[in-house]
Amino acid sequence: MNYDEKLQHVSVLGAAGKMGSGILLLTAVEMADLSLKPENKGKAFVLNAIDLSDQALAGVVAYLRAQVVKIAEKKAVLLRQFYADRNDLIENYDIIEQYVNDVLALVRPTTAMEVAYKSTLIFEAVSENKDLKVKIFKQIDQNNPNKPWYFTNTSSVPIHMIEGEAGLDGRVLGFHFYNPPAVQRLVELIVTEKTLPEVNQFALDYAKALGKVVVPSNDFAGFIGNGHFMRDALYGIKLAEELAKDHPFAEAVYMVNKVSQDFLVRPMGIFQLIDYVGIDVVQFIMKVMNPFLDDEDLHSDLLDKMMEMGVKGGQMSSGAQKDGFLKYEKGAVVAVFDTDQNEYSDVVNFASACEAALGALPNSFKPWKAAVRIKDKDSHFGPYFNDMKQMDSLGAQLALGYGKNSDAIGRKLLTDKVARSEQDVNTVMLTGFFHAFGPINNYFA
Amino acid sequence: MTAGYNTISMGTGRKEFNPKKERPGLDHYIKDAGQGVLKQIGGADKIDESVIGNFMSARFNKQAHLGGFAGAIDPKLEFKPSLSVEGACGSGGLSLITGIRSVLAETADTVLSIGVEVQNTVKAIYGADILAGAGWFDKRKHGHAYFFPGQFSDRAGVYYEKYGHEYARNGMRRWFVNAIENARLDPTAQEYHNSTPDLAVLYDKMTPNGKAFVDHLNVLDCSKVSDGASGIVVASEEGLQRMGIDKKDAVEVAGWAQLTRNITNDPPDPVELTTIKAAAAKAMEMAGITMDQVGTVETHDCFSIAGILAVEALGLAAPGKGAEYVAEGNTARNGKMPMNTTGGLIGWGHPTGGTGVHQAVTIWQQLTGKAGDAQITLSDDRPYGLTINMGGDDVTVVAIVYKRA
Ligand SMILES: NC(=O)c1ccc[n+]([C@@H]2O[C@H](COP(=O)([O-])OP(=O)(O)OC[C@H]3O[C@@H](n4cnc5c(N)ncnc54)[C@H](O)[C@@H]3O)[C@@H](O)[C@H]2O)c1
Repeated sequence: MNYDEKLQHVSVLGAAGKMGSGILLLTAVEMADLSLKPENKGKAFVLNAIDLSDQALAGVVAYLRAQVVKIAEKKAVLLRQFYADRNDLIENYDIIEQYVNDVLALVRPTTAMEVAYKSTLIFEAVSENKDLKVKIFKQIDQNNPNKPWYFTNTSSVPIHMIEGEAGLDGRVLGFHFYNPPAVQRLVELIVTEKTLPEVNQFALDYAKALGKVVVPSNDFAGFIGNGHFMRDALYGIKLAEELAKDHPFAEAVYMVNKVSQDFLVRPMGIFQLIDYVGIDVVQFIMKVMNPFLDDEDLHSDLLDKMMEMGVKGGQMSSGAQKDGFLKYEKGAVVAVFDTDQNEYSDVVNFASACEAALGALPNSFKPWKAAVRIKDKDSHFGPYFNDMKQMDSLGAQLALGYGKNSDAIGRKLLTDKVARSEQDVNTVMLTGFFHAFGPINNYFA
Repeated sequence: MTAGYNTISMGTGRKEFNPKKERPGLDHYIKDAGQGVLKQIGGADKIDESVIGNFMSARFNKQAHLGGFAGAIDPKLEFKPSLSVEGACGSGGLSLITGIRSVLAETADTVLSIGVEVQNTVKAIYGADILAGAGWFDKRKHGHAYFFPGQFSDRAGVYYEKYGHEYARNGMRRWFVNAIENARLDPTAQEYHNSTPDLAVLYDKMTPNGKAFVDHLNVLDCSKVSDGASGIVVASEEGLQRMGIDKKDAVEVAGWAQLTRNITNDPPDPVELTTIKAAAAKAMEMAGITMDQVGTVETHDCFSIAGILAVEALGLAAPGKGAEYVAEGNTARNGKMPMNTTGGLIGWGHPTGGTGVHQAVTIWQQLTGKAGDAQITLSDDRPYGLTINMGGDDVTVVAIVYKRA
């Protein structure tokens, strides 16, 4: 079965979810493009969009349509070639409309899992629950005569466990998209000892067709991305708890967030990132990863406490940020949650005091937006952090400690054999987390 | 001609432009331009008839029958002659020509000539469909997604092949830089707010990419997508008197020509603007002058390559020498032959049906000293101005020679 044939009958599980809907979109477009190739004329391409509720699936179809229109508008030059022999399609408008119809025509939204029994390829993005994933895989595999391949999007469950428990011998791999899949270019690819070479090869071809950057990760809970992020987040939380001995809690959170954003030149501070991903999700991933780690305890009482108080972060269906550690207005941070008072404390009341306490940024500072584009990272960040070392402000000290810890986390992913190279670790953080420099470097030595 | 007026050319580049917010429509621009003119001549009762030039409001705005909007400019224009004319991006020029004919035929002494287009109602990819109506629809199927950029990209490609790629791009780059620098001097220009420090560097960064756009042009080689209108009065001497306008505030139409090429044929020569060449020669012959007496030109630079080819069509440079002529700065505002002194279609903007009238307004401003910061100095031995307005791929052309009255 070649690449095109493998993509003729596909199912996406959890298609109405955050990740599933994006995977559905990318796959639908890729399948439609294949179906439009002259050699595939007349062949049926089917993409099942499977989830639990009809209502959620209706929303996904509307989302798909809007997104496919945008994609089609961008690639109108190519689409005119696809439809060159269709004399009834003349204007861009006609061609774009036809393409949107062609993409949507191969998507079958349904709540009936049974349709997956005919698929040759299955993407899984249901809720992060190992037993649920195993149960579904087992059910499909027992009823599907095609020996389908399974691409799971799990963030933290080791793939070999799913493989073993569901009895999928070599036909499963981790194809770990970042959120949102349609925008984020990074994919972590995780194979087990048994994964068949042709499954791996197909995954690479598919990722390439989607224009993704693939980083292989070894099959270890959390893989590279969460392996770094969870530990980095825990460090930030502990740092804030430490600072909170001398400062009100909200101010401590504000300062750590500021240090991790501005001083370390990241797109967002660590608490904003936790909110973005969702406090519940971070807590959950730590919980899933923790049993696999014998020399550390990946757990935070603070996260538990936030959850108990009902503060969760995450995103609304519109994509707007929900309040978490921080409170947002039009994307800007306006207040910080104070666990002692159980309410948000306005940033205006303490921001300038905190900034004074942290001290100024080095003169060589460049904001993230500009710094992220610098090709020769060392030429800028070497001198920048050297400048910082000459300063004895609180901000500089915290930032240097933070950077050093991030470096250590990166190296630990290597010694733990989660990542295969320094470059892989850095690529994940640069591409998946939009850091301006890789965590493994020599700036903090 | 007298009492010229331009609305702002609205679209990307203007700070106040937000594609996501609702914007004023066609009627707003027609009224704004018309009333801007009427204010200068003492009211609508001085006007005998109106002509509105527009290309594709029927598709951009689902509105045809623009002649009916004269009465919306001012009730005193109602129950007077008013009509609309169309010749693609040459519609504005046709509006002027219609006024000129009426005055010469003595059916009117004062004609309010307006050109208008409101294009930002659709995304560029669909705008390309609409603008493709300026070509022959039979050729649309095998044309480029961006149909007109495709046509002129093909012309540019042949020019590169014949005279050298670097050589041609040097001229086109300079054309773009001049356009933006001139636009920065005119508050109504779409690129008025442009503050890019090094335009040439920006231009070189944007290598043409045929996968996303066209093979031989980048977006900076292209005119703007604009909402805007311009108006001016075409008048006889009696008309001027009636409006109480001093001759020094008017320009005389010394010669004009309006020629069309067969739209179902390809251009006879991809590196020549044949119709422009013929129309300009005819208008100058009528005026009894040569290019040596022309002090400034407004030409239809829908693409930078069209600017270069116009330089050659006007005989300012020999075939193949236009790029060099421009690269050396001859068409800059302080050069031998200042062209498009308020930015042209690339800098000021290109509300397609409005452009022909905008060109006349710019020449009127320059010849009567009303161009503000964009004012150039004209020497007495070259008192003439020239406008070249083109519809489609060198299909409908209007050339007009102006002189201080
Ligand atoms: N959100 C992220 O940032 C992110 C990033 C990478 C990977 N992931 C992983 O992707 C997976 C999905 O995460 P998400 O954030 O999209 O979650 P989500 O809650 O948005 O989506 C999960 C979807 O699965 C559906 N579902 C649950 N049980 C089902 C069943 N039995 N059959 C069919 N559908 C079922 C739910 O209705 C929901 O629509 C998880 O494994 C998660 O770890 C998430």
